[in-house]
Amino acid sequence: MSKKTVLATQGAAGEVTNSQAQQPVEKRESIWKDVLDGIVSNKAALVSAIFILLLALIAIVTKLVPGILPYDPYEQNLAESVQGPSAAHWFGTDIQGRDIFSRVLVGTQITLVVGLAAVAISLTVGVLLGAIAGYKGGKWDTVIMRIMDMMLAIPSILLAIAIMAALGQGIEKAVVAIGLVAIPEYARIVRSEILAIKENDYVAAARVIGDSNFAIVFRHVLPNALPSIIVRATLGISSAILDCAALGFLGLGVQPPDAEWGDMLGRGRNELFRAPWLMIFPGLAITLTVLAFNLLGDGIRDGLDPKSRKR
Amino acid sequence: MLLEVKSLCTEFPVKRGVVRAVDDVSFEVSEGEILAIVGESGSGKSVTSLSIMGLLAEPGHVAGGEMTFDGKDLVHLSEKEYREMRGNDMAMIFQEPMTSLNPVYRIGDQIVEAIRTHEKVSKKEALTRAIDLLRKVGIPSPEARVRDYPHQMSGGMRQRVMIAMALACNPKLLIADEPTTALDVTIQAQILDLLRRLREDTDMAVLLITHDLGVVSEIADRVVVMYCGQVVEEAEVRLLFDNPMHPYTLGLLKSIPRLEDDDSKRLYMIKGMVPNPLEMPPGCHFSDRCDSCMQVCRERMPELVQVGDHKVRCFLYEEQDGHAKDAAEVKANEEKAREAIEAAREVSTAEALIEGDVAREAEEGGADER
Amino acid sequence: MLKYILKRILMVIPVLLGVTIIIFFITRVLASDPAPVVLGEHATAEAMAAWRADYGLDDPIWMQYVNFLVSAIQGDLGTSYYTHTPVASELAARFPATAELALCAIIVASICGIALGVLAAVKKNKLADNASMVLALIGVSMPVFWSGILLILLFSATLHILPSSGRVTPLLQPTGGTGFFIFDTIAKGDFEALGDVLVHLVLPTVTLSLYSMAIITRMTRSSMLETLNADYIRTARAKGLAKRSVNVKHALRNAMLPVSTVIGLQLGSLLGGALLTETVFAWPGIGKFAVDCVLKSDFPVVQGVVLLVAVIFVFMNLLVDIIYAWLDPRIKYGAKEEG
Repeated sequence: MSKKTVLATQGAAGEVTNSQAQQPVEKRESIWKDVLDGIVSNKAALVSAIFILLLALIAIVTKLVPGILPYDPYEQNLAESVQGPSAAHWFGTDIQGRDIFSRVLVGTQITLVVGLAAVAISLTVGVLLGAIAGYKGGKWDTVIMRIMDMMLAIPSILLAIAIMAALGQGIEKAVVAIGLVAIPEYARIVRSEILAIKENDYVAAARVIGDSNFAIVFRHVLPNALPSIIVRATLGISSAILDCAALGFLGLGVQPPDAEWGDMLGRGRNELFRAPWLMIFPGLAITLTVLAFNLLGDGIRDGLDPKSRKR
Repeated sequence: MLLEVKSLCTEFPVKRGVVRAVDDVSFEVSEGEILAIVGESGSGKSVTSLSIMGLLAEPGHVAGGEMTFDGKDLVHLSEKEYREMRGNDMAMIFQEPMTSLNPVYRIGDQIVEAIRTHEKVSKKEALTRAIDLLRKVGIPSPEARVRDYPHQMSGGMRQRVMIAMALACNPKLLIADEPTTALDVTIQAQILDLLRRLREDTDMAVLLITHDLGVVSEIADRVVVMYCGQVVEEAEVRLLFDNPMHPYTLGLLKSIPRLEDDDSKRLYMIKGMVPNPLEMPPGCHFSDRCDSCMQVCRERMPELVQVGDHKVRCFLYEEQDGHAKDAAEVKANEEKAREAIEAAREVSTAEALIEGDVAREAEEGGADER
Repeated sequence: MLKYILKRILMVIPVLLGVTIIIFFITRVLASDPAPVVLGEHATAEAMAAWRADYGLDDPIWMQYVNFLVSAIQGDLGTSYYTHTPVASELAARFPATAELALCAIIVASICGIALGVLAAVKKNKLADNASMVLALIGVSMPVFWSGILLILLFSATLHILPSSGRVTPLLQPTGGTGFFIFDTIAKGDFEALGDVLVHLVLPTVTLSLYSMAIITRMTRSSMLETLNADYIRTARAKGLAKRSVNVKHALRNAMLPVSTVIGLQLGSLLGGALLTETVFAWPGIGKFAVDCVLKSDFPVVQGVVLLVAVIFVFMNLLVDIIYAWLDPRIKYGAKEEG
């Protein structure tokens, strides 16, 4: 009688088909559906997504039809300086007598643009560097990842401040500074994902068929790293918004009279005890926006990785 | 009787309903006996053992039935009383020796912890006992190995450590949940030898949970076969292997490859898959997969009845009133069940031949086109 | 173990060298000429050239870097463009303030974060879990400076129970000593001053620790949940151990492995956050100093601050790695790959 007599039933055969369903191709087709499912099935993420869409709408409408705002956000009116919230000025007025409600609404433009543009920079560069390091390995890997380690050794906000100090003020420069400092995170994620799947059979198969290295990376490897990248990028928008607000708060962000939430907060600081509304409303706007992107990111993660749900 | 389980039901509430992982299970273990519970994954055998140990993971819970261990009612035991019993009177070892030991503590300390949880002894004395235990389970130079961390040992050695830890307080019952599944065949045999020897030395009873009939035939005194949370057959180990009655048991034994097999025929496979626990077929749970299925099997659930020296849950052997059929009819139906399985095997062999032909033709056709 | 530590220390050197290159590149290559900013736009070309020569800014760039590196290794970080004082001594004077704040914050963040995370994991999906998770979510979403301002509005402006700025009431300030006021006041036995120092520390510490606390809470929770599902936890329960001792002795010890790494990484964002916190609370540390100097292009100071922070961060992470190795015997005894 054989020693290793394991129950053989067709249940086991069923499991095999199941694991074949885990093929990368199918995953690629359904990933955006998973993202959507993650958002829709999670109430907080759904509310956040709606809130973000609303912010985007405000940003676009106030850009195209500035007349829709109750007041001109840039017009100084010293007679109305530092008025508390009232029916006329819902969020009060600032030192120059500008309507804070209008400025908070207009502030969505800079916040969303900086958030998205900075992530676009770090995403593009980070994914590229991570892909090269992970796929090429060897010297490429060592050099790229050592540089990333060096960047990570400097706290990102400090690095961004140093870059801003060198470049000078301005929204484009803020985007570059914030985008640059987040590169190592994406590079690390992509590299480790690639190292994990590089040795898989289907990549080996692609090599045998004779796909070139870049075709392999872009057609076979990157799509599998996509879930982590999407989640990281969503959460990355919220940290970019926080960084942007911090630069503004320190007076390193936008040039006056542009309306940026962090900058508004920073300029109101000396009036803290006299006029707290100068700081409360822009701060609330930052917090809610960052919160929305964080919740959205969590929801997407749950959609892409059901295992992490309610963990 | 050391352990008596009567009509045990264990349930797991899930989103879409309640899964009854253990459904009206009864069996007994007497002192010094090795009882094996056999079944596929999902048959409820592990949940049964965790129910006895009181270690069910939330939200699983015992929903009904009685469990008596050494005269104590386990179902109504307080958590504190249960704790005093676990590791002391009843101990358990698990399937994965690689992950069942805490990686950050020395194995000696983990055994000492087991001893000192239940007995007021000094650390030094406990360590001496730990070394003795390691020697007893066949670990060479135990004085040195007590200072090892789990990652410094092989799988077989770790399972020995687990056994030593389980033996720390001389339990009356050892529950071994798939103790050899994760090990190499030669190591498996050593661990089984060890369990057998320990039983002889200490008269400890063993409840062995496994899906491996080979292990059962080597070590068990009696066997309980479980399917979908129910006991479908119970018998002495020799009787069960020589004369299986339930079509499921029969199918399991037929699906083991044997040297004397006719190579021209395919190995028998039980058709279909284990049903989803939330969508059990009405009537007998095995009816959809059974080669001897009758009309009544799809309508009603058979009872577990005593038929000769077996207990079996099948209408082949049960009058519909819960009594066994007479001996002649039982004999005839046993023969029928065996024939049904042989017939099914012929059919699948034929199908495989046809399939093979089709595949070969398709291949040749494909080659022509190229 | 010793070999492991030595190896880690050796790996720090290229990282720090790289940091000097990055910071040098930013302040000397990327940045525009500081002369007009420092001397004013009406300064003559000769005055600017003389000023640049003074600071060695007209040397070839590689020579500037070598000079910078050589003096930095000797502890000389150059002199401020404005006050002409050595940057190193300016930083040394302010460093204790930042260190005291950061240490208090990381301790508070670790203790509260681990406690909340464990609570959340043990009471999974119950009220305590949900409350901790909401708290953590708010913690990562609030800008440091805004939470600081809200705390000031509540505890200083409205309730008048905590001071809103500075390290100590000027009259009570300990002189001499280490610059770590908690330590100095205790050493002198001046408990009135100690109380005053602690009262001043409350709001900045809470503000600065909030974000890290939130991150540590989340990490501890998920790490605890993972270990609570581990096989060895079932083994521990099968031994008859009580739930509490299973949670603490078996689960927490293992769950702390990834958490310790996160705490080390948090130190970086904490030092960055100190920049903002110090600005809000007028805390006389290196962060506030750096922000003031950035605004007027005082690059030697910026270089010095970034370098100092990077050195601290790198060595703290080294320390965390060593603690990790000590917590995890698989590394101590060389089963896992090092590095």
